[in-house]
Amino acid sequence: MRGISFKVAEGEVFALLGPNGAGKTTTVEILEGFRHRDGGKVSVLGFDPASGDRRLKEQMGIVLQTTGVDPYLTVAETVDMFRGYYPRPRSRDEVIKLVGLEDKSDARVTRLSGGQRRRLDVAIALAGDPQILFLDEPTTGFDPGAKRNAWEVIKGLAGLGKTIFLTSHSMDEVQFLADRVVIIAAGRIVAEGTPESLMGRQQSDTLIRFRLPDSAGALPESLRGAARLDGGSVEIETRDPTRALFELTSWAVQENVSLERLQVTRPSLEDVYLEITREAEAAGTPA
Amino acid sequence: MNDLRLAFRQALYINKAFIRNPAALFFTLVFPLMFLVIFTVIFGNGHIQVGPGKTVLVSTFYVPAIAAFSVINACYTNIAISLSGSRDTGALKRIHGSPLPVWAYMAARILHAVAMAIVLVVICAAFGAVFYGATLPTNTLPSFLLTLVVGAAVFSALGVAMTAVIPNADAAPAVVNATILPLLFISNIFIPLENPSGWIDVVGKVFPIRHFADAMIGSFLGLSGSGLHASDFLVMAAWGIGALFFGVRFFRWEPRT
Repeated sequence: MRGISFKVAEGEVFALLGPNGAGKTTTVEILEGFRHRDGGKVSVLGFDPASGDRRLKEQMGIVLQTTGVDPYLTVAETVDMFRGYYPRPRSRDEVIKLVGLEDKSDARVTRLSGGQRRRLDVAIALAGDPQILFLDEPTTGFDPGAKRNAWEVIKGLAGLGKTIFLTSHSMDEVQFLADRVVIIAAGRIVAEGTPESLMGRQQSDTLIRFRLPDSAGALPESLRGAARLDGGSVEIETRDPTRALFELTSWAVQENVSLERLQVTRPSLEDVYLEITREAEAAGTPA
Repeated sequence: MNDLRLAFRQALYINKAFIRNPAALFFTLVFPLMFLVIFTVIFGNGHIQVGPGKTVLVSTFYVPAIAAFSVINACYTNIAISLSGSRDTGALKRIHGSPLPVWAYMAARILHAVAMAIVLVVICAAFGAVFYGATLPTNTLPSFLLTLVVGAAVFSALGVAMTAVIPNADAAPAVVNATILPLLFISNIFIPLENPSGWIDVVGKVFPIRHFADAMIGSFLGLSGSGLHASDFLVMAAWGIGALFFGVRFFRWEPRT
């Protein structure tokens, strides 16, 4: 890491993004106390995580990238075991219900699917009723339904005033959950802000897509320059979507042409993320 | 006090997982007893001289010898293999990120191993009493118990220290057996040493197994007073303390890759 600095406010959902090898896990592990920093200042809830202070650990919940629980204990036993380490744990059944493992409560860990194990990870992290929750790619391997549930759980925790520190490769997840995003590449911060401000920041064009029937005549003059034709499908990139759409649709109504599969897409957080990290790498930042 | 309770509670969870794991159960509990039966059946009828003017049935000799092996197996082998396994799955890292104190976790592992060792020694002693009339002399019971506790502590510490050397869980059984098997043969455990030849005697006495075996056998058979020699305890203590420092310095909670 080369001089990154950020603050996470209480009750915020904060997302740290970056390509593989950018230093995300290093950063998170320094905050969690697993890794010792070479320099710089770190404070989590007023404690230095490198001290391994128990009062800090009691207020922290951690979901690591890889699971590690005893395969021969049941879900309920595992959650209970961890609850015992904390001064004010959440109730066992509540924790298990939060992650949707009620039906598997008495199943041994060996019998859980990958996604269910991941949910058990989250349950363990919640067992101590933490003030701050570190989630390192928490929904990797979830099916879409389970992912949506997990997001709701995380949203709910944020609603209770918990601080959430998230890393993820899923931009949908970040867009859905994060209040604030920091993007790092090659050990440096290359962008930060709310997901909305990041998306607004880029000057990328809006894309208008549709299919033109063979019978249709030529597009209006003003759109012809920006349009790309590929068989019957047309793509128009524009910085002024209001005007472009007005011209397109009034032309279509006038000519009685139906614009099949008409679609207007703004650049997603993923597009923006790719653009920013590509720029950072192209800028020759030494790896 | 509260942390002591936590350590005890952790030992109960470790035990719960242990008794549900058929491989662990077999290699820790059944394996040594299997050796006891096999050795006594094959070699049991001979007599050996175990001390000046003291001769016993070989099967009687095997009762304390295999009891010593059980302690080594439950403490050293079991801890080194199961800790390496937990380290590789990330279970140790997860514990390390929780508020459970490090010492409480290690104490729980050791407590469980020592409890297993005691169970095995009791089974060996019962086996000896029933089949060979090899009952423990009451006057040396304290020295036998002392040997058992010191040995269990030393071999537990060595098990933790060895985990720091073992590269990954797949290599654990190989590394552990390579360190222990040759010594079991030259340390008065698998084969009674009546008059060990020079180098076997010297090599055996460098390592703690021979000293532990001699102390277990001496106190069980009631040889020479308490049956114990201070030198045996000094060597064991040296290995135990060395292992403790090595473990504290080099033990890692995360997979070594």
